[in-house]
Amino acid sequence: MTLTLTNVTKTVAGETHLADVSTELHPGGFYILLGPTLAGKTSLMRLMAGLDRPTEGQIEMDGRDVTRVPVRKRNVAMVYQQFINYPSFTVYDNIASPLRRSGMRAEQVDTKVREAAETLKMSHLLDRLPGELSGGQQQRTALARAMVKDSEVLLLDEPLVNLDYKLREELRVELREIFARRSAIVVYATTEPEEALIMGGNTLVLHQGRVLQQGPTTDVFRHPASMQVGRSFSDPPMNYAAGDVRQDGNGNREAVLAGGIRLPLLGHLARLAPGRYHFGARASHLSVKRNREDDLSFKAAVTLSEISGSETFVHVDFGEDHDWVCQEEGVHRFELGQQIDVFVNPRDVYAFDTDGWLVASPVRDKTRQAAQ
Amino acid sequence: MVMRKRSFALTVYLVLLMLPIYWLINMSLKPNEEILGALTLYPHELTFQNYIKIFTTPDWYQGYINSIIYVGLNTVISLVTALPAAYAFSRYQFIGDKHFFFWLLTNLMAPPAVFLLPFFQLYSTFGLIDTHLAVALAHCLFNVPLAVWILEGFMRGVPKEIDETAYIDGYSFPRFFVLVFLPLIRSGIGVTAFFCFMFSWVELLLARTLTTTAAKPIGAVMTRTVSASGIDWGLLAAAGVLTIVPGAIVIWFVRNYMAKGFALGRV
Repeated sequence: MTLTLTNVTKTVAGETHLADVSTELHPGGFYILLGPTLAGKTSLMRLMAGLDRPTEGQIEMDGRDVTRVPVRKRNVAMVYQQFINYPSFTVYDNIASPLRRSGMRAEQVDTKVREAAETLKMSHLLDRLPGELSGGQQQRTALARAMVKDSEVLLLDEPLVNLDYKLREELRVELREIFARRSAIVVYATTEPEEALIMGGNTLVLHQGRVLQQGPTTDVFRHPASMQVGRSFSDPPMNYAAGDVRQDGNGNREAVLAGGIRLPLLGHLARLAPGRYHFGARASHLSVKRNREDDLSFKAAVTLSEISGSETFVHVDFGEDHDWVCQEEGVHRFELGQQIDVFVNPRDVYAFDTDGWLVASPVRDKTRQAAQ
Repeated sequence: MVMRKRSFALTVYLVLLMLPIYWLINMSLKPNEEILGALTLYPHELTFQNYIKIFTTPDWYQGYINSIIYVGLNTVISLVTALPAAYAFSRYQFIGDKHFFFWLLTNLMAPPAVFLLPFFQLYSTFGLIDTHLAVALAHCLFNVPLAVWILEGFMRGVPKEIDETAYIDGYSFPRFFVLVFLPLIRSGIGVTAFFCFMFSWVELLLARTLTTTAAKPIGAVMTRTVSASGIDWGLLAAAGVLTIVPGAIVIWFVRNYMAKGFALGRV
């Protein structure tokens, strides 16, 4: 079953929650809604579920208009960010409730519930009440209830965000495997670019109620269509600096960035015509040491240095309010205000036009290796 | 030292609190001669005659039965009407919802005496005077707003997502309301029922005015102990004790909900 949204707009009390969203979701597909808080992920899911009605636009399931069909008459399942279960039902009854409502026979319900509980490793908890469970177990109950139902659309609204780190990673892997076996449309909202990359599938990047870009997750990550996508689909956000591509009398071109940094136009950048651009580099591509021969280096002052486990985030400033973040493996200590050399390979640099649209993106590693 | 001071203060407070009730019980177990005679701290001539009289005279025990009927009726009507209203206030936004909610509360601010005359006139027209239903309906004047107010507080505490999950699972609204929602606010319902019971049980003015004989409440019956031979003190005290009992029983049943209710809701 295909879910099609056409020019869907949702305004609440004069405030636009979703603006002109069009997309098509196919059965068996795994779709990630990526965007910061208030990007409209939940609003979009509620429309897909039928919990809300769009102000404008149309929602179709297999060509049948379901825009005004209430949630009860659609075959959907949903898991919320908060742990939502029926507090007065046992875990067993919680999981069984959608099946019982559909009029399934008791033996069959029993088989299905035990199967779902087995999959989510909670068979020993079936007699408990949700209030007696830990957060992770409560969310597993909610997931089991959503999955036991053979729904055509399965919506997961940041289901793992309130769980602790360990459990999140564990459940993420499990969920991915479970979804792979299903023929339903699975929609998964998240704020974390990393989570989107791990889960794979297709990604819709949302920002302020608009779908900025949609496509296979890795494609969207490698070729962000605009500067905003680069910001959203990157953690820390992509670093930007404006610059001009100039051509000398001999036809040699180079880019001069803010702060007078001269960027050689290597690889994909060679195609850039003279003019003004915004150049972007991911924090993970910046380094405090030279990694390759043709790395570009520039001087910058350290404004902040955060050590998170085995990584160091160095915030640097190279004049004219250009604050960049550099993600470096290992623990490095820097004095505040210390002048350091920052390295970036021009082959990893993105170029956007003055309207913020992608002009040139780095070619994939494989092809680059082949070229070298 | 602090503990001893505190328990001393508490003991004094409890004694002061229990004293009138003790005196009432004390009186109810004495014959009138002893009550009117010398001061005795406990019944010297212990008698259950007062209680026996109440339980054997239809006039007396009928008063209790009448009161219990209209109080029960009122509690049921209040809950049945307040539950959907409170749900609407807690879940939906509609034009003037906040004003309407406040207007409901203002009904609690007016003294019942204000509504006495219109009620009397209205119920006379419909032939409701001297029925249990008349009193039960009249008491809805202040019990329904109170119930809506308390229940709304409890319902607000239930996440809206639970409602939505139920719809997604395929529950119809009535099924969801009864099977899923009501169990979640049962302490709120307990607290609300208690308050409805209490206010209806102690209200005398409307109850007395709207009844004559068939639905006469116990409060009105008690005013009849004045006779040619003076006031029957012992009998009156026994009736007073028996009037406290139903309230005490109800509190006993909802005592666990009460603590929770005071903590959660807006009582």
